[in-house]
Amino acid sequence: MRHGKYPFVIGFLFAPVTLYVVFVIAPYAQAFQISMTNWRGLSAPQWVGFDNYRRLLDDGSFWKAVQHHGVLLLALPLITIAIALFFSFLLNVGGKSSGGQRQGVWGAKFYRVVFFFPQVLAVAIIAVLFQMVYRPNESGLINGVLMKLGFDPVLFLIRPNLALWSIIAVLVWQAVGFYVVLFSAGMASIPGEIYEAAEMDGATKVTLFFRVTLPLLWDTLQVAWVYLGIAAFDAFAIVAVLSVDGGGPDGATTVLAMEIYRNAFVYSKYGYASAMGVALFFLTLTFAALTLRLTKRESVEY
Amino acid sequence: MNPQSTLPPTPAALPPKTGDPGAPGKQGPKGPRSEARLFAGLGHIALAVWAVIVIVPILWTFLAAFKNTTEIFSSPWTLPAELRWENFGRAWTTARVGRYFINSVIVVGCSTFGTMLLGSMAAYVLARYKFWGNRAIYYLFVSGLAFPVFLALVPLFFVVKNLGLLDTHTGVVLVYIAYSLPFTIFFLAAFFKTLPSSVAEAGLIDGCGHTRLFFQVMMPMAKPGLISVAIFNIIGQWAQYQLPLVLLSNAKDKWVLTQGIADISVNAGYEADWSGLFAALTIAILPMIIVYAIFQRQIQAGLTSGAVK
Repeated sequence: MRHGKYPFVIGFLFAPVTLYVVFVIAPYAQAFQISMTNWRGLSAPQWVGFDNYRRLLDDGSFWKAVQHHGVLLLALPLITIAIALFFSFLLNVGGKSSGGQRQGVWGAKFYRVVFFFPQVLAVAIIAVLFQMVYRPNESGLINGVLMKLGFDPVLFLIRPNLALWSIIAVLVWQAVGFYVVLFSAGMASIPGEIYEAAEMDGATKVTLFFRVTLPLLWDTLQVAWVYLGIAAFDAFAIVAVLSVDGGGPDGATTVLAMEIYRNAFVYSKYGYASAMGVALFFLTLTFAALTLRLTKRESVEY
Repeated sequence: MNPQSTLPPTPAALPPKTGDPGAPGKQGPKGPRSEARLFAGLGHIALAVWAVIVIVPILWTFLAAFKNTTEIFSSPWTLPAELRWENFGRAWTTARVGRYFINSVIVVGCSTFGTMLLGSMAAYVLARYKFWGNRAIYYLFVSGLAFPVFLALVPLFFVVKNLGLLDTHTGVVLVYIAYSLPFTIFFLAAFFKTLPSSVAEAGLIDGCGHTRLFFQVMMPMAKPGLISVAIFNIIGQWAQYQLPLVLLSNAKDKWVLTQGIADISVNAGYEADWSGLFAALTIAILPMIIVYAIFQRQIQAGLTSGAVK
């Protein structure tokens, strides 16, 4: 077993480790370094200490982006998980019980397949699709109907206080199916006898949901929250493609990834963009730590 | 309290399961069932509405792909007067969707293959061999799961540029592989650990080398895990938008589908070629529907595999 082990181990690890160090670890390390400089790509970078971070504090669009992450971080998981939980409960437990076997409603399989489909599409493609759906005149899917019925068109992406919610709606549209499948897997592993016993005691479907399904699904919900939280910190593709001029109107939908991209690749402010990247990194870390702390709760054994 | 509850209970009036507030004997046993039926009924409506919300925008896009601009603006909800296949031709060649599509296939094909090969090699060694530094390398990879890509976007751009790989498919493929390794290794290392070691030992005793053992014995045994991760990577890399946007910005003939379609949608506004855009969208969406319809079970399993703790 020992003979020739090390050449083999090194041979197998060399390529993956090299690639990973060059393209992932090195850039991460450099990001912290560049964020301390005023580098703009042409002359040699000059060390400016924490100047970029001090400027961040006064940067209106940075704070707007952070605020939007806050909204996304609350709204996206809450809405998505609520809808997905409701549907997966219907699909798995909603129907009649026959012979001790819990059944979903009729057509459960069809719904699961259809709901999941948007997950397969690229976010950028979905963003283009919803540009068409949201168009502000008769050619839009929604406004076409509204205007036929004699209503004024709704300016989904143009009204500043509506734009972010229109984008959140698209993210929910895409995400729900994934979580329906995820929660369904969780619900399938809950033993049927528990439901049966609860029903014997006269529990209604609503009670079943809140007193049986939800507590037993806690671990899966935690995973879902973390996933959606990560999605809320990204949102680049959807904002870049769907919103009016990349994060508009007037910064009403901008997110940090958008600001990083703009500062780096439009204004060539590499030092400043890296400082934003580092700020985002610490926001993500804080979120992860908070989630782990807040959701720490005895999970129920069964 | 309902009036019936004051009556002396007869056996018929006491349904076995609940103290139902219905008329004794008649509605009693029916109560929970009608509640269930109401719940199922409302649930059905909700499910059907969501199914419509998912399907209609996609279907509407397919229909609009056959219309001309006048029809798109005047009657967004009617069927196209005739099937204008030329919209697809225009999207495929003039708008270069064909080019973008083939580029995506090349890039994702190479990078998924590379990810699976390098990822499974590293995962296998890290999962099944004891050597100095094993844990350190494993955690180095897994820590990559926690970091957002755009933290490193600026330095990454310059790393690729300094290697002379900017605006090349090679550069994009290498970057995709590097960023797919953390999840691939995390998932596959756990999978390789579950494989029985008796088979490996038998192979080694028979004089089979470590490398041959991996490719001819362990890889085939790990097939279910490999398929799940491969699907996860294919869909993730196919959907990438930000990395190609940064790494291929000046080479339009090398663009992948996502950035190509996004670009067409910007230009559609200037050129007023809306039917071309709808056709381009259809070309991007339809293959995914077909692939999904065939591999629906595997795709659901593959994509949710990341969430299993």
